[in-house]
Amino acid sequence: MTRLLEVENLQVRYGPVRAVDGVSFGVERGRTLGLVGESGCGKSTTGYAILQLVQPTAGRVLYDGTDLCRLDKPALRRMRRKLQIIFQDSHASLNPRMPIGDLIGEALDIHGLSRGAARARRIRELLDLVGLAGHLIERYPHELSGGQAQRVAICRALAVEPELIVCDEPVSALDVSIQAQIVNLLQDLQQRLGLAYIFISHDLSVVRHMSDQIAVMYLGKIIELAGKAEIYAAPAHPYTKSLMSAVPVPDPDIEAQRQRIILKGDLPDPAHPPSGCRFRTRCPIAIADCAATDPAEYALAAGHWAKCIRLAEGMPEWKSPPTTSTSF
Amino acid sequence: MALLSVRNLYTSFATDRGVVRAVNGVSFDLEAGEVLGLVGESGSGKSVTALSIMRLVPEPPGRVTADSIAFDGVDLLRLSEAQVREMRGARMAMIFQDPMRSLNPVLTIGRQLTEVLRRHEGLSAAAARKRSIELLEMVGIPMAERRLAAYPHQFSGGMRQRVMIAIALACNPRLLIADEATTALDVTIQAQIIDLVKRLTRERGTSVIWISHDLGVVAGLCDRVNVMYAGTVVESGPIRELFHRPSHGYTLGLMDSTPRVDEQAGHRLRPIEGLPPNLIDPIPLCPFLPRCRVSVPACRERPPERRTFSERHWASCLADLAS
Repeated sequence: MTRLLEVENLQVRYGPVRAVDGVSFGVERGRTLGLVGESGCGKSTTGYAILQLVQPTAGRVLYDGTDLCRLDKPALRRMRRKLQIIFQDSHASLNPRMPIGDLIGEALDIHGLSRGAARARRIRELLDLVGLAGHLIERYPHELSGGQAQRVAICRALAVEPELIVCDEPVSALDVSIQAQIVNLLQDLQQRLGLAYIFISHDLSVVRHMSDQIAVMYLGKIIELAGKAEIYAAPAHPYTKSLMSAVPVPDPDIEAQRQRIILKGDLPDPAHPPSGCRFRTRCPIAIADCAATDPAEYALAAGHWAKCIRLAEGMPEWKSPPTTSTSF
Repeated sequence: MALLSVRNLYTSFATDRGVVRAVNGVSFDLEAGEVLGLVGESGSGKSVTALSIMRLVPEPPGRVTADSIAFDGVDLLRLSEAQVREMRGARMAMIFQDPMRSLNPVLTIGRQLTEVLRRHEGLSAAAARKRSIELLEMVGIPMAERRLAAYPHQFSGGMRQRVMIAIALACNPRLLIADEATTALDVTIQAQIIDLVKRLTRERGTSVIWISHDLGVVAGLCDRVNVMYAGTVVESGPIRELFHRPSHGYTLGLMDSTPRVDEQAGHRLRPIEGLPPNLIDPIPLCPFLPRCRVSVPACRERPPERRTFSERHWASCLADLAS
């Protein structure tokens, strides 16, 4: 089966910074790919570059076989019907001067989708689809709670009947009870409409909950890609391991038993990334070779690979390094 | 005797739309060396509780009353502004989610650290400098001596939060209040900060009030938790009892809404429907009742009373969640 989206060697440069540096992955119809990593790893830029909201400097984005990077403006605009995006701060993404009904209607108008009575009917249908009451049509964005605003943003994205939605930290600003409402809504919509998602978040618990496959990014590169069960049960890359060990679990007994791999230091300056493996400056098992070799994908199982040269020799057993040498 | 003892704290704010009752009769104790979690969603009153204890609520429009807020035997509400200022920084300190709000952008880190030490500890310039370096090293800032001359914007988010913690710890306070201190940080950096706080309580006996919406962080760090909703503590208990036997509809709702990185495939979240109440209108019954999925008929007839499950575990809930 061919995949809905194929991203090949995608690259985005901002001056000296390679925000996205040769990223490749695919997304199947009706499935979710999670993109995780810490601030500055390039996960959001990857999402924007797929939609051509930022210009990729190299690589291909094949959507149903068409390379989006080579389309002219009108063709790209037509294609945008198929690919939509929702953001973390939906209040900021909604025009404060437009009532909700118009905000949704605008999405229909741009693509010439429905007019007259059909348009009004469609707006009500869409509101209903995302669980918003019909009377909100006349309200303005500032009258909405965070959860309602996010539903309106989802509604706008759905108006044009997309096949793929890039979700950029869609629940990160919401309280946990509201976050759960939106997560369930996104899952229900995927089931009903067969949507594919690229789900971008720094929250590994939410990403694992939402995704079928997960790609872990570090300083512009995907360093590991696996199915969601494997990435938690058998993370291979030392960065993924430390990330997984750092995610808190809401269970005091599990927390008391956990061995945290606490990384030293901070992310390096993205304008001057380390040579070879970019993680080596914080890696507990780095060796001299890591500075010389840019690691290639090392296959661990079907659909699971990681970029670490030490995997070839069989990953050495390692424990959490001493965190800091000083004491009180 | 408890290090901190809060009795019947009420904090309200006058607004154009009416008086917002942000904290509605909160009482709790904090022992020396204990880490107490305050959890709840936006508007539950966690931060306002902390600010009220620190006497940082601007009055007016705020209004803080309590039977007492006893810290080390002294009622903070009876102190003058000058006396409270001596207390803050020296014996109790607070760190916030956004360190840029608390750090002065035009002063070097070294200046901001030594200022605290000279003011509260009466150290000489040279001694304050030496101690500042020690503090930065302690919170894991590399090349501490060189970093003294740097300005806040030259640090990453995680490093700034560490600087804030170093300043907060400068005078060895007995109470540290952290308000969503790791919420804006990446998980690997969060793990570093939590590790630091744990060592602090273990090695120095510092008491901590840890405010967070993240149940995972609370489970790994706190000894005891107060769950807050609509300005009240709705459940309180030792960490294991609270997580293994949540006894308030809201606590249960929070847990069911939280995705876990170790969850089973196909697990479905169970959100809390609806929205929290506005805190202007009086709430005669349980404030969580309109959103509660375990309510019983009695919930519609009378306000909830406190039910006790062990020496330190109680909940204001009429539903029996154990059965």
